Amino acid sequence: MTTLAKPVVNKQVEKKPMEKNSVFEVTNLNLWYGADQALYDITMNIAENEITAIIGPSGCGKSTFIKTLNRMVEMVPIVKTSGSIKYNEENIFDSGYSVEDLRTKVGMVFQKPNPFPKSIYDNVAYGPRIHGIKKKKDLDIIVEKSLKDAALWEEVKDRLGENAYGLSGGQQQRLCIARCLAIEPDVILMDEPTSALDPISTLKVEELVQNLREKYSIVIVTHNMQQAARISDKTAFFLNGELVEFSDTNHLFSNPDDKRTEDYITGRFG
Amino acid sequence: MSIPNQVDMYKRRKRRTAKNKLFHALFFAATTIGLIVLVMLIYRVLSQGMGSLSWDFIRNFAAPYPEEAGLLAGIIGSLYLMVIVALCSIIIGIATAIYLEEYAKKGRLTSFIQMNIQNLAGVPSVVFGLLGLTFFVYVLDFGYSLLTGGLTMSLLVLPIIVVASQEALRSVPGELKEASAAMGASKWQTIFRVILPAALPGMVTGSILALSRAIGETAPLLIVGAATAIYSLPDSALDSYTVMPIQIYSWISKPGDEWPLLAAAGIIILLIILLIMNAIAVYIRNKFQRRY
Repeated sequence: MTTLAKPVVNKQVEKKPMEKNSVFEVTNLNLWYGADQALYDITMNIAENEITAIIGPSGCGKSTFIKTLNRMVEMVPIVKTSGSIKYNEENIFDSGYSVEDLRTKVGMVFQKPNPFPKSIYDNVAYGPRIHGIKKKKDLDIIVEKSLKDAALWEEVKDRLGENAYGLSGGQQQRLCIARCLAIEPDVILMDEPTSALDPISTLKVEELVQNLREKYSIVIVTHNMQQAARISDKTAFFLNGELVEFSDTNHLFSNPDDKRTEDYITGRFG
Repeated sequence: MSIPNQVDMYKRRKRRTAKNKLFHALFFAATTIGLIVLVMLIYRVLSQGMGSLSWDFIRNFAAPYPEEAGLLAGIIGSLYLMVIVALCSIIIGIATAIYLEEYAKKGRLTSFIQMNIQNLAGVPSVVFGLLGLTFFVYVLDFGYSLLTGGLTMSLLVLPIIVVASQEALRSVPGELKEASAAMGASKWQTIFRVILPAALPGMVTGSILALSRAIGETAPLLIVGAATAIYSLPDSALDSYTVMPIQIYSWISKPGDEWPLLAAAGIIILLIILLIMNAIAVYIRNKFQRRY
């Protein structure tokens, strides 16, 4: 259920000089769960081939926001939105817009590793299969490449036929990343991908994310401010459903413009 | 609050232990009553029926003399009936459950349908017999046939299968659906490739248990005209038929000392078939149960 705001005609939004193209242009996004508003008037551009981190305290709407980018938020039936999100110049809320196409281009990795109760191979091949790739030879190539890109190939190459539930939590999460890469998305959304992992697995996933930035645009929600500071190019700070501050990660963490951002990153609340 | 002295504490502890023992004994007694009844039932059936049990008993049709009478028509009739019931009710039941769980928008209409399906599962079977009589026998003019009996039974077990299948669908973790949807899978792809494989064991188990309820039902089939004595196997779905419980029922009500013994033998066969069906259900549940 989507209500669209009329496009603002005369008000030219002042464009900052941008060295990179935007993959997402979010304009005046509001979102309600039933009667409760979760996002207020979010406007931000997410740049191509960068890592954008979203930080903020629990319940600030950061997960809701990232799930709006691939419309996964609509899995909750009572969600209503207004405003627009343009992905490659097209509003994803348009009535004719195909959610399936959007999610093929905008992949997602979840907080809790959620492999299917299938073999490692079938997990990675799931995406290509639903998009019509049937030949074993093609699938083999995709599976190997995806697992290599997700830095998991060496650990699992001899047991591709085994059930994915036999992997450790960190391996499962990298498998989920491989599964996501297998459909060759442009954007990868990550919703606190390391919050269920131990420090070493977290480190591996972080390295992986760094390496993926060359080919993909990444939006990552994280609870962990150090993580955001370590891996991201830009950081957005959300608070109570509002976007408080959005700037270069270095700038935001060293010299924030907003008092609330400063309070949060210095640990005064949250 | 004063601290009770040691003697009081000791007395209290004794009283509490005694109370615990009392309730333990009470609950055990309650469990035993059920067990005793079951053992008595099985003992009585076995002691009465074993004498009449023979290959001839399984091979013969009904006959005017107890020593010649057999359960063949009932066994075959019950099996045919199960085929019809399984085909109709499992397909429709699972499809209904998928619609209600995965496609239907949660709203007043859906919860109204949901509530009524649950109510239907509790409706006495005789009522379904009346429905079958009106609708299948008179309106659709299927007569007192195997088809009528099968369709009536399908209606009877349909709500049970729907409810069991819904439970199975609900037990599939939401993360798996999300994972599939997030890769651009359509709803049907997600259902077919992720949800159904995970939910199928539960659905099959529920369906088999529902079928084993149908195989023991008598009342609705009496109303839609299953024959009590029949001397041939049904040639088509529109032929007349009988089922095990009906044959058993008719033998019990016959005068003479030997007929009830024959009925007991029939009950043994019925119990064996029921046990086999339940064992298959348990086997499937254990074999395909997945951990998430």
